[in-house]
Formats: sequence, C-alpha cells, structure tokens
Amino acid sequence: MTKTVTLAHGNGGEENNELIKKIFYKHFENDILAKSEDAAVIEDGKLAFTTDSFTVSPLFFPGGDIGKLSVCGTCNDLAMMGAKPKYMTCSVIIEEGFSTRDLEKIVKSMKTELEINGAIVVSGDTKVVPKGAVDKIFINTTGIGTIEYPGITASGLKEGMSVLVSRDVGAHGATIFAAREGIELESTLQTDCVSLYPQVKALIDADIAIIALRDATRGGVSAVLNEWAKSSDVCIEVNEESIPVQEEVRGICEMLGFEAVDLANEGTYVLCVRKVDEVKALEILQKTNKTSALIATVSEQYKGKVVLNSTWGTKRFLDLPTGELLPRIC
Amino acid sequence: MKELELKNLYDDFRDGETIKAYAEIISEDAKKLKKPINIMEVCGGHTHTIMKFGLPQLLPKNVNFIHGPGCPVCIMPKERIDHAYVLSMQPNVILVTLGDMIKVPGSNGSLQDARAKGADVRFVYSPMECIKIAAENTDKKVIFFAIGFETTTPMTAVLIEQVIKQKIPNIVFHINHVTVPEVMVELIDSRDVHVDSYNNEIDAFLGPSHVSVISGSKIYDKFPKDYGRPVVVTGFEPVDAMQGISMIVKQFVEDRCELEIQYKRVVNHEGNLKAQGLINQYFEKMSLFRWRGLGNVPDSGLKLRDKYAAYDAEILYKDVLPIAEIEDHKLCICGDILRGMAKPQECTIFGTACKPTTPIGSCMVSSEGACAAYYKYGNLL
Repeated sequence: MTKTVTLAHGNGGEENNELIKKIFYKHFENDILAKSEDAAVIEDGKLAFTTDSFTVSPLFFPGGDIGKLSVCGTCNDLAMMGAKPKYMTCSVIIEEGFSTRDLEKIVKSMKTELEINGAIVVSGDTKVVPKGAVDKIFINTTGIGTIEYPGITASGLKEGMSVLVSRDVGAHGATIFAAREGIELESTLQTDCVSLYPQVKALIDADIAIIALRDATRGGVSAVLNEWAKSSDVCIEVNEESIPVQEEVRGICEMLGFEAVDLANEGTYVLCVRKVDEVKALEILQKTNKTSALIATVSEQYKGKVVLNSTWGTKRFLDLPTGELLPRIC
Repeated sequence: MKELELKNLYDDFRDGETIKAYAEIISEDAKKLKKPINIMEVCGGHTHTIMKFGLPQLLPKNVNFIHGPGCPVCIMPKERIDHAYVLSMQPNVILVTLGDMIKVPGSNGSLQDARAKGADVRFVYSPMECIKIAAENTDKKVIFFAIGFETTTPMTAVLIEQVIKQKIPNIVFHINHVTVPEVMVELIDSRDVHVDSYNNEIDAFLGPSHVSVISGSKIYDKFPKDYGRPVVVTGFEPVDAMQGISMIVKQFVEDRCELEIQYKRVVNHEGNLKAQGLINQYFEKMSLFRWRGLGNVPDSGLKLRDKYAAYDAEILYKDVLPIAEIEDHKLCICGDILRGMAKPQECTIFGTACKPTTPIGSCMVSSEGACAAYYKYGNLL
C-alpha cells in the first residue's frame, strides 16, 4: 500500500479495492460488510441499506447533473439488491460562494428522481466550508429499501449461465470525459444516468429468476464481471463483438485509448440469469433499451477470470481497470 | 460531400475474416522459411495492437515478436521523472504533461503522488491546451513536460512557436523528445559497456507508422541497406499489423531485404516536410540521451536550440534539478528483453518484485511494455 492516497485509489478498480480491504474492512470487519454487495442486506433479509457520496466535474453535464446522479446512484444500489427504494437521507457539503440558484437546480433534479423511485428524503444535513475545501459541492445520500426479490448475489454464478447488459456501455464515462477540461471534445453524447428500479421491477414482474445483478458504475462492466468471476470462482467468457457500444463512445475510446467496458455508467446494469431465462430476460431488457444484449456465458475455463473472445478466434483476459484512466500518448 | 465518420477509419481494418485470411497467408508462407524469424515491433502502439487483438495466437511458431522500446514513458530514466516531480513541487508552478506520464514512478514517486501532495499537475490531450492554462493562471509558471517520439515532437514545436509569437510570458518547456532510428541502431549494432547488441535476435522491424507520418519512411532507409534488416512501416489496426507481418515474411521467403510501406494511406517516403522544418527550427540533437533499460543512446534525444534557452526549464531551474544519473535495478534484464535475447519470465524479479503496480524495469512501466503484457496476458500467450 502506498503512503499517500492518490486518485488511482478512487477508480473503482484494483487500487480502490486495496484501499477498502486494507484499511476499512480491516477495522470495520463484520459478516454483513464482508459480503461487499451493492447494498447491505439487513433485518433478516427484509431491508437493503446503502450509502454513496457524489462529486463530479462538471456539475451539470449532458443528460444529468450531480443531483440526479446522487439519487440514481443510491437508489440503483438498492434496486440491484432487488429492493424498492423507500427512504433516503441527503447530506451536502457546499463550498462558500456556491450559487444558490445552482443549488436549487440540483435539489429539484433530486426531487424528480426521487419521484421516479417512489422514495422520499426523511433526514438531511448541510455544511458550508471555506473556498477550496471542497470542489463546489459534494453530496452524500443514504438509502433504505424493502427487498422484493431476495437472494441476488455476486457469488451465485454457475457454469452455463448467461450474462446480459441492459444497454450500450460507457456512455456516462465518455460524456464526462468529453466535457472535462483539457480534452475539448465536442459531442452529442448523453450520460446514461437513470433510475433503475422500474427496470428491475419489470424483470421481477416477468418472473425472471435473477441470479446476479449489478450496476456497472466506476470500473465499468469490466469491474462487475471481474468481481463476479472472483466471487463465484468461475470464468466469464465474453463475446467481444456482442458488447454494445455507441459509435460516439467508441470514437472517444479510440482517440483516447480507453476501453468502453472500463468506463463508468450510471444507468447500465449487468444481469446474470440461467440459460433457460436468457431469451425472456433479453426481451424484457429490450423493452427499455433496444441496445441491451447477451454478452457472455459462464464457464470453468479460467476460474476467477474474465476472457474476451474475438471474432477471429483469439482470446485475452479482461482485467480490472487499474490506475486513473488517462489518455494514451500516441 | 458525405461526412466521414470515425468508424470508417477503423471498421474495415478490424474485420475478423480479413484477419483470419492474413493468418492463413502467413502460415502458408512461413512453411517456406529457412529458420524462425523474430520481428521487432518498435512502437508501443503496435505492442498494444498485437496484445489487445491477440495476434500471436494466430501466428505460426516460427514467426515471433520482440517487443521494442517505443513507449515514450517506459524509456524515461528515473532522473528525468524526478525532474518532473521536482518541477511540479516548485512554488507557483503548474506542470502539464501528456496522459500516461503522470503514472510512472521516479525515485520520489510519480507525478500522481506529487499531485496528492498538493502539486498542480495536469494532463492534456493536446499541448496547445497549455496556452489556455497559462492565460487562466497568469500568476503561475506553466511548465510543459514534453515527451514522445517524432509523432508528438511537432506538437511541442507548434506550442513553442505560438508562445514566442503571442509573447506568452509564463510557459516554459522541459524537453524529453526522443527519436526512433537511433535506438533501433543501438538495438542491433551497439558495442559499448551499457549495451552489447552482438547477440541480438532481431531479424526485421515493423516500423512505427505515425512516426513516419512526420518523418517519412526515409528514416529507415539504412536498415535494409546497411544493417541487413527489412523494415515494413505498418499501421496500427489488426488488419494493418497482419498485412505488415505478412509482407515481412514474404521478404524472407523471397530472399529480399527492403524497406516497404504497408501504411500507404498516410505514409510516404519524405513525410511531413513542414513538421520536420518546425522540429528542426526549435530542436537540435542531444549527444546522448539515457534510456531506461538501455543506457546512453547516442544522438537519440532532442533539446531546445541554444537561442531558445529562455524557454528551457532545464536551464531555468537547473539549481533545483537533480543531476545524478540513477542506474537501473541490478537484476533488471529489460535491456536483454528489448533485444530479444531474453524473455520476461527469465528475469528473476519478474512478477515478484517487479509488477505493473510497482514497476522496476522499463518493460513493466506501461501496459505497452513486454513484461507488463506477459504479466497481464500470461497463460494466454
């Protein structure tokens, strides 16, 4: 472990895991935490409980803002455990000098998103700090939801099962990168930021047996697949060509040397079902997003690893993204 | 006119059927080879393509790759990374560089670590961004830590030109540009204490193509002529790479030794004369540049010409910049790996002390290095 924390420790990949394991898990150790699911399952499996903090630059981006993000993020973590989001807390740290108009804009978009989830904010806190102590505004939300579909787990994958993604991948990461200072790219890309509970409910209502479910936030689809492969001690074999990626996202990846599967999403999830449910599950996903697709099958070839198969018969490992995502030089 | 979409630039060059067809041609031709051949892809971009698309899995056993030194951050010796670190820690300085550079560890840590300690370190996609940064921070000095081969050098030259033309007072340069042909010579023809290439196993080169977009293919004229090594200047998509490999194999089968261009859609013999002129105007050869893993390579580095000394951070900050050279780790065998004389697994610290998260040698530093690739793709290679 390095002596100081760097941005690489917040990337959702390898360094991030190291930081969490070696410092937080070490001291907070308990059975619920150890499961390291998107949300903790408490009260004998009745409730899901989770928290998330949000910082994004720029605060307002095509298709969303930090407010929308802060509700989606936490509610989605609940939804990924098969829970209906119910109650939330909202805690903000604001930099002195921040515009109240922007603040209200952010809170309004939180409200819109809360309504989509059918959740309410029941407690909150505000702190204002001197200029420079935070970058404009940081938001923390904590949520509780009632579990409607129990038993979803990252360690439930077995040979022969199928893995699907709910839409094309990498849109949020690419949008933020294009909008970032220093890159100066023009694009019509929009973030995928959306509340996922309605989509999960559709799967439950259609009687799909959900094995594993996870939204592919930081670390992207790569991180989810790698975590599942490790937790379930299986190999996930991805058909590279079947991973849906928008042309513009692919273009940005080509230019900057990224892989779309490593980019963050805010409204895209990965789903594992039994082979028999594959067609029906895809049908449900397609109702919301035409770009959803079946991307992988579970095997035992290289346990704990994710393998990408190309159309020309070669294969390679898909690793956890490491380090901060930085553009390649040439 | 129909708008050209980005995908048109790569879609066909990733076509699975075409890649497979080339694999068959290469396999057929390779049967006629008298002995196995080792092709060095000089450029990190090629290494990336070869690894990402799994091309070695498609090649016959008698056609092998040697991964070359063409990754600009991998070859940066620790003392120069320390320069960047020290500069970034100076008061009222914004250190600007290109992407990957901020990850590479020097002896005090990487630029990422410097940033965590409060330094203002920024990465840009285009060096011209420096002008904007300088205008927004008139009370600070912007130091552009310039890295890269011939491909990125003209961008630095254009920035210098603009800084002079627009009389921008707060941008200076730390130049670490290096050139490709000189290090290629070193790999096959050096006989000094640092690098003895007598037993090198390099039979042919896959020439870096974006370097040649600037410098033309003419920079490789001497390799077939004077050193008996064919060169095929090759593009970066998998179909390009497979075609380039096929062209090299054919040369051996037909007993030819030539300079050829596979990447004809952008490369010609003369290159971009305007860019070459700009490079020449602002830069001159350094007599020696130390490469991580290879040691001193004559004439392989560039520095600002004396008349632009006022913009040279190496001169302006010479009092604070460390001068001692930092030797490579004693057990590191990157130099041998780069000349095809050893494979990464033969190194005693490979995968143990030397890992992608804690790289010791140049080949582990970036994902484009041979050791990093072996570490990552290990049992699939």
